[in-house]
Amino acid sequence: MGVLVTQVFNGLSVGSILLLAALGLALTFGQMGVINMAHGEFIMAGAYTAFVTNQILGSAGLSLVLSLPIAFLVAGLLGVLLEVTLLRRMYHRPLDTLLVTFGVALVLQQLARDVFGTAGVDVPAPAWLSGPVEVLGFAFPKTRLFILALAIAAFAALAAGLRFTSLGRRIRATVQNRPLAESAGISTRSTDRLTFFIGSGLAGVAGVALTLMGSISPNLGTGYIINAFLVVVVGGVGQIKGAVIAAFVLGIVSAWVEYTTTASIAQVIVFALIVAFLQVRPQGIYALKTRSLA
Amino acid sequence: MSTLLKSRWAVLAGFAIAALLLFVVAPAALSPFRLDLLGKYLCYAMVAVGIGLAWGRGGMLTLGQGVFFGIGAYLMAMHLKLADAGPGGTPDFMALISSDGVPGWWEPFRSGIVTIIAILVLPALVAGLLGLATFRRRVKGAYFAILSQALAAAFAILLIGNPTSTGGSTGLNNFRGFFGFNLYDPVNRQMLFFIASGVLLAMVALARQLMLSRYGELLVACRDAEERVRFLGYDPANVKTVAYMIAAFMAGIAGALFVPIVGIVSPNDVGIVPSIGFLIGVAIGGRTTLLGPVLGAIAVAWAGTTLSETIPSGWTYLQGFLFMLVIAFLPGGLASLGGAWSGLRTRLRKPPPPSPTPVDPAELTGVNV
Repeated sequence: MGVLVTQVFNGLSVGSILLLAALGLALTFGQMGVINMAHGEFIMAGAYTAFVTNQILGSAGLSLVLSLPIAFLVAGLLGVLLEVTLLRRMYHRPLDTLLVTFGVALVLQQLARDVFGTAGVDVPAPAWLSGPVEVLGFAFPKTRLFILALAIAAFAALAAGLRFTSLGRRIRATVQNRPLAESAGISTRSTDRLTFFIGSGLAGVAGVALTLMGSISPNLGTGYIINAFLVVVVGGVGQIKGAVIAAFVLGIVSAWVEYTTTASIAQVIVFALIVAFLQVRPQGIYALKTRSLA
Repeated sequence: MSTLLKSRWAVLAGFAIAALLLFVVAPAALSPFRLDLLGKYLCYAMVAVGIGLAWGRGGMLTLGQGVFFGIGAYLMAMHLKLADAGPGGTPDFMALISSDGVPGWWEPFRSGIVTIIAILVLPALVAGLLGLATFRRRVKGAYFAILSQALAAAFAILLIGNPTSTGGSTGLNNFRGFFGFNLYDPVNRQMLFFIASGVLLAMVALARQLMLSRYGELLVACRDAEERVRFLGYDPANVKTVAYMIAAFMAGIAGALFVPIVGIVSPNDVGIVPSIGFLIGVAIGGRTTLLGPVLGAIAVAWAGTTLSETIPSGWTYLQGFLFMLVIAFLPGGLASLGGAWSGLRTRLRKPPPPSPTPVDPAELTGVNV
């Protein structure tokens, strides 16, 4: 029983990090079709934003709260820069966006190495997040609970934004039928740019959350990007709630497999499970229903 | 140029020139160290031939070629380590970290024949399984790219996580012999270079035959209009899987030759970054052409070594910018510049046609090189 509770909590914790990393991708990959390999580097940029904010302010608590919006802005602006300079001309070649953004990722990583050094740096966690919360004899670390809450809050905000705001309606319209949205007077160009801003900004938030998990280094993003993409693949590109289910299921499954085997075998088993799952549902959990053949 | 490719004498002359360059000029002009480096580039070029087939002609973005390269490389490395240790012996690195002896699954690779068969079969088998699993269920192209990449990540993690049997992050190195030949002898190293050259030429010939065959036409058709191919009664899944398997087969052989030539294989040669790195040369050279991937891969590998020797971080920046600029602004690679040039020349020579610029069908299918 004790093992079950800790493993499920571990899984939820892994899942919440995956969800934070994948939410932005669900928007940019799921909705726009751009395979943004630099998303991991936007996460890294968010983490270093938290580091710099902390260096300037000094106070750990204030800097954590402040760095969340700042990192959103920094990563979001990086995303807009990428969209305006390169991706804008590539929407009809979605596979090629992967390679272009991989180049961006290489450059950003090397830039971070040259600016911050190859060694990892630590961002101190605020005092109110240190130590565990005791419930029924189980100890849950507060940092992990905070990340879980942050992931759920980010998802709720994004889902509400897509459903109730006018920008959200424009995004959904553009995704579902671009020519029709255009003829209805929606500027799909500015909608694309804003969607990319929000998706990339979410990566920045994920980066801030990751500073609570340990030290950060220039290749922080590479560790998360593949799994985040797998979350979107399993979740399906139709709706972002697919990403939520996929993130937590993948988190719990991989925590469990890792507990019963080893971390290196677990990665292979999870991969095999995903390929097997795609045999049953090639489009992921939620698929956008269309009449197209592809 | 496409007529040049099809005329038998021109092709034979092309191969003769390439053979002359590789077998006579290169050994005479290059120092043994540079010849070894060129041999390494030839291995990358072999991977590029396969990628050109799967990605350029078949439209499958394979980001996991490092896995097949790695399977070939590690199989060969295991055999060489076992052969160095002598019959019944334990390789040196294994004896250092654990006293368990040789793992059971290593034992078959004491035999050179078994190793060679495994190198030829295993990569294609893995590719066949993944290919059928994704293409049969019509998993989207982007999903396939991500899955192949995840496979590369999982493979690298698996190698690093089992240091007692794979050497962990250091990998396998320090080989003394290659099927009975001393690897420290310059004559044998030159022989390895000749083997790599011969294999590369054979692969280019195979790729050319495939491109000109009915199968090659079908592959291009699958890339450009998969649904139409399906409506015509073909199964695109089989067509694509075969191309993917051939690419894996070539990468496996390249890996197996890479090990004795370079003398080390580690997870750094097979993970995500090297797997995507294989693609940049193909993209620069022209992904849909026959020779573009080969020349591109050799040029990029050469530029990488030269630049890394002078400015270490410069290569990462250059690689990044190459990916951005070539893929975004020159998707046809340098080969498309040649096509644009000859197109311009013919247009200048002839009066402009009355109808809108006719599209050369050879240019669309990319048969010209």
